[in-house]
Amino acid sequence: MSNREGCLLRIKARRFYESAVHKVLFLCAVISILAVVFITFFIFQRGLPLFQKVSLWEFLFSTYWLPTDEANPGFGILSFIVGSFYVTFVALGIGVPIGLACAIFLAEITEGRMAKVLRSVVELLAGIPSVIYGFFGIVVISKGVRVFFGGTGYCVLSASIILAIMILPTIINLSEVAIRAVPKDYKAGSLALGATHWQSISKVILPAAKSGIIASIVLGIGRAVGETMAVLMVAGNAPIMPTGLLSKVRTLTMNIITDMGYASGDHMTSLFTTGVVLFVFIMLLNFLVNAITKKQIKSER
Amino acid sequence: MAVEETERMNDLKLRTENLNLYYGGLHALKEISIDIFKNRVTAFIGPSGCGKSSFLKTINRMNDLVPIAKVEGDVFYDGINIYKEYDVTELRKRIGMVFQKPNPFPMSVYDNIAYGPRVHGITKKSALNETVEKSLKAAVLWDEVSDRLHEPALGLSGGQQQRLCIARVLAVEPDVILMDEPTSALDPISTAKIEDLIYELKKEYTIVIVTHNMQQAARISDTTAFFLIGEIVEMGKTDQIFLKPRDKRTEDYISGRFG
Repeated sequence: MSNREGCLLRIKARRFYESAVHKVLFLCAVISILAVVFITFFIFQRGLPLFQKVSLWEFLFSTYWLPTDEANPGFGILSFIVGSFYVTFVALGIGVPIGLACAIFLAEITEGRMAKVLRSVVELLAGIPSVIYGFFGIVVISKGVRVFFGGTGYCVLSASIILAIMILPTIINLSEVAIRAVPKDYKAGSLALGATHWQSISKVILPAAKSGIIASIVLGIGRAVGETMAVLMVAGNAPIMPTGLLSKVRTLTMNIITDMGYASGDHMTSLFTTGVVLFVFIMLLNFLVNAITKKQIKSER
Repeated sequence: MAVEETERMNDLKLRTENLNLYYGGLHALKEISIDIFKNRVTAFIGPSGCGKSSFLKTINRMNDLVPIAKVEGDVFYDGINIYKEYDVTELRKRIGMVFQKPNPFPMSVYDNIAYGPRVHGITKKSALNETVEKSLKAAVLWDEVSDRLHEPALGLSGGQQQRLCIARVLAVEPDVILMDEPTSALDPISTAKIEDLIYELKKEYTIVIVTHNMQQAARISDTTAFFLIGEIVEMGKTDQIFLKPRDKRTEDYISGRFG
């Protein structure tokens, strides 16, 4: 083999190797896309047939849920939709102020060891399995709610407190990133005008980080709406319309998991349909986050 | 002579005595003792990294933000020691600062100007309106932005943004204005506008300006100080510094032999 041929062969081999690597990487990217496509397809395929028997309107806006009744089955999930949002928004009311304060503390106030400790604790918080949160909820939060507010302790408030703790890592991490991304010039400009540190934070830095903070909250909503196990353990799980903070409540996710073990026929289909509703909500939230972050990037230009 | 001396003392605005600044192990300013007089433009020239900007930041205590910075010696503003007897927010209200890169806040033109008065407790709409108009006029920006006061300040051109930052400083009614290379990020036309503005402003304010541009110092300043590696080599009337420098190093620098 001549020198020239050897050289060409090496070039060919290298090209082959490079394109093989590209193809493997592409394949991996395609797998994640396919996963989403298949999940969407099968959830809808199994869930949508319910609408041959129940109207969309009845499904979404009736509170009559009795899928096992032979004579007059009911497939209304309004109570669970309301339950999911009720629990989520109360959780935001508790979790957002605490998370945001924590993010400000990390980004603007503390440095060194304290920040390190706080950050690793927040990471730990994100890694705790939700069933463990549920145990904590039963032992501490339900009991606390029972003692301080009365009732059984298995209610909207208990579920919201658990969720508030669970969404903290999302809100803290993303808000801190958003606050840190604000140009230091703004802070310097504000301080140089004689503003105090807190005035600079509240009037310049936070407004400048607004989009990122809102995105963190929306992602927190996604996490709260999708959470199943922890809320199941403290929310009471009665298939009724929640009437107040101390009322028992069932969310969309709880509805699926509760009946999954024994349901069949239309009942089983209705659980998939509940999944479709949940899925659509989560998709909408994701679009919202994308829209917000895009707006942020645009305004920075 | 005695009369002249008292007049000089009456006009004294800022005085530093044996000022030293350390950034950790780095001795950034060495034994700076100078006087800065009111209604004059004092320019600091010198090569990059020689301490001009650091010195400026010791006057309004922006160096407090640098955790490793340590100041020794005294800075007197109207005879009061700013490191010992002054509230830092009050000090920065009195001694405003314009930065190298225009840094308007990401809010409307109006809110940028009203920001300072608002944090100092002014909430009355009419008073704010008046301040905004007055400040923008003083910064020669009113004609260009009066019809878009409520549009984002970041939509203005670089030169307009810098004049906005000057107007923002004027709105808190300062006494001294520190400018840290205010035209280094601007085109020649915007630079000329800012220089004209500085000339106007010195009637009412005391101006201290750091500049890389020696022609600029020659054009706009009354007094010039030449910084080199943390020390002031020479300070005097601008004409004298540029025409008859006493120190060989000053002469070398202004004639472009280094820097």
